[in-house]
Amino acid sequence: MRIAPKAIQTFRDDFTYSNSPGAIARFPFPFPEDEYRYSVNIEPHLTPGPEGSVYEHLFDIDEHYLSEMAERNLVLQENPKRCLAMPHMDLACWDMIERVMVAFATDYPEYFALTREGNHWIWENKLLNQRDEFTFGDSSTLPLPPMEYIGRQVQGDFALLDQREGDLFMDAGIVTCPADWSLAFDAGMSFSEWHGPVPLAHEMGVFDRALKYLVAIPVGRPVRRLNWTLTINARMDTSPETYPAWGMDRASVTPDNVGEKVYLRVELQVLDRMPRSNALMFSIRTYLISMQDLVTRPDWAKRLHRVMKTLPPELVEYKGLSRFHPTLVQWLAQFDPAN
Amino acid sequence: MSHSMFEVRVAAIEEVAPMIREFCFEPVQGSLPSFSPGSHILVEMPARPRPYRNAYSLLSDPRDARHYRIAVRLQERSRGGSRFMHEQVQCGDNLRISAPANLFAPYWPAKKHLLIAGGVGITPFLSFLPEFVRRQQNFELHYLFRSQQTGAYRDSLRQGLGQALHLYDSSQGQRCDLHALLARQSPGTHVYICGPQSLIDTVTFLAQELGWPRSCVHFETFTAAQPGQAFSVELARSGQTLAVEPEESLLEALEGAGVDLPNLCRGGVCGQCVTRVLEGAVEHRDAFLSAEEKSRQDCIMPCVSRAQGHHLKLDL
Repeated sequence: MRIAPKAIQTFRDDFTYSNSPGAIARFPFPFPEDEYRYSVNIEPHLTPGPEGSVYEHLFDIDEHYLSEMAERNLVLQENPKRCLAMPHMDLACWDMIERVMVAFATDYPEYFALTREGNHWIWENKLLNQRDEFTFGDSSTLPLPPMEYIGRQVQGDFALLDQREGDLFMDAGIVTCPADWSLAFDAGMSFSEWHGPVPLAHEMGVFDRALKYLVAIPVGRPVRRLNWTLTINARMDTSPETYPAWGMDRASVTPDNVGEKVYLRVELQVLDRMPRSNALMFSIRTYLISMQDLVTRPDWAKRLHRVMKTLPPELVEYKGLSRFHPTLVQWLAQFDPAN
Repeated sequence: MSHSMFEVRVAAIEEVAPMIREFCFEPVQGSLPSFSPGSHILVEMPARPRPYRNAYSLLSDPRDARHYRIAVRLQERSRGGSRFMHEQVQCGDNLRISAPANLFAPYWPAKKHLLIAGGVGITPFLSFLPEFVRRQQNFELHYLFRSQQTGAYRDSLRQGLGQALHLYDSSQGQRCDLHALLARQSPGTHVYICGPQSLIDTVTFLAQELGWPRSCVHFETFTAAQPGQAFSVELARSGQTLAVEPEESLLEALEGAGVDLPNLCRGGVCGQCVTRVLEGAVEHRDAFLSAEEKSRQDCIMPCVSRAQGHHLKLDL
């Protein structure tokens, strides 16, 4: 049984965001072992995946669709530079439009419809009450620039990476729910440049191996990986641009409020080759789950305790967990019989 | 990443120069994937005793993926892939090809694109040009050929490009002064070379002499594997020992034994199939490894390179 989009909840101020039992059941828990280690954990994103899972379709739509689109609108109103596309990325944006619309209309026909007659396209988004006619490839026929137009209709952050000289460059994107990184800051950077701040991994050669793999991804063979961090409150927009609004939250965690304050934040990252532009589409679909919801699964609670307890100090620091990490480990210990 | 191959039908074959045939492919079912300028496909030729898989640039307009077109030059000293295409493949035949991949994309932020083609090396540029025209890019095409053998598509290029096209027919003694050509370019120009290795070597040398940044020089060499001596290869992890025949590449021998290595170009360029060597001396024939990496003798590009002696041991 798939879960349907529900009424708008908030990711700020009063934080009304919540996960239904169905959303908890399908949460992509990211730890296959008791100890977290860096690895190039990339695997083919073969669709359809298991029915109802976050891996079923190329793009996952869930009960938070309307809430995330409303949140994206708020972020873009506050700061339009959270969406950008360099002029040479126009065709890549249209590749993304095609990929999203064709996938949505095929995978979620109850919500989306696409009619194509040559380059004359008609798009219906029933969830957002939107119907548009446009000429494929002609950005002047869209109501918004192509990246913003499609980005406002799909959950998750997106970057379009231009591929040249055997490297990838962050030349377009819409990033309104990042785990503390800035598209405006990373714009134009190469793969190793935008990963510059990541500790340990450069020395391990992780990025060299990953890049070699990524530049070879062929059309029609997307790959995926999971990444994770922890966020205080159900805040989607933890960006450097808005740091004053959320940085202090990390000091608000106490032994009594861990369950409701601390969220595991999981990113389902998909990399997909765009056919006309040869760009690589990097989608980052973010899932948030509170500790009190997470520990309803005893196996997850026990595993998370062990992962947190053994996390290298460099990663605790890099992921921004230093202020509340000991409190969290102590709280999680109650769910681990080994303690 | 191994390739998922799919079937296409040969819809037309045309002789576009004395030594060059163009093949037009149509889908057998569904539609062909869209592609980007500079893309190539692998074409599998069902030859005996073993199939060939060669890379060919797509030369059609990337905005029109109803057909794929490639051009194949008959190579006198090849292992037989181009000969197979010229002599065995008929209109209406089915062939298996890979989805397009791209190792030679235009650098779109360039202020100007300087294209230098030698002979059949014109093919990748044929997919650049329609997109350059649409995007109103500043470009020049310098096309060097021998009209007794190559020089395909001159008439349509003349019609489409006008002043941007410069032709040099060495059969008529016409030469391109590459030094002067590079010397008169302004900063921000990117040069792209596709053609024989000697042309690529000359242009990259001149560009370096003239102080061009390396990042502004792009080239593509698709030379399929060349034959060599037979040798044996031992796979350390599986314990298998394979024989590599003179007409067979190491990569093909590995694939024949069910060992799939990632590969894109099968021509010593993309670096995907690099494999660790545990024993034996390597005759390096690739353009990917640096001179220093080659001298270490601890890795090999199995798509083109071979054993210097009779034996190699690989970390596979």
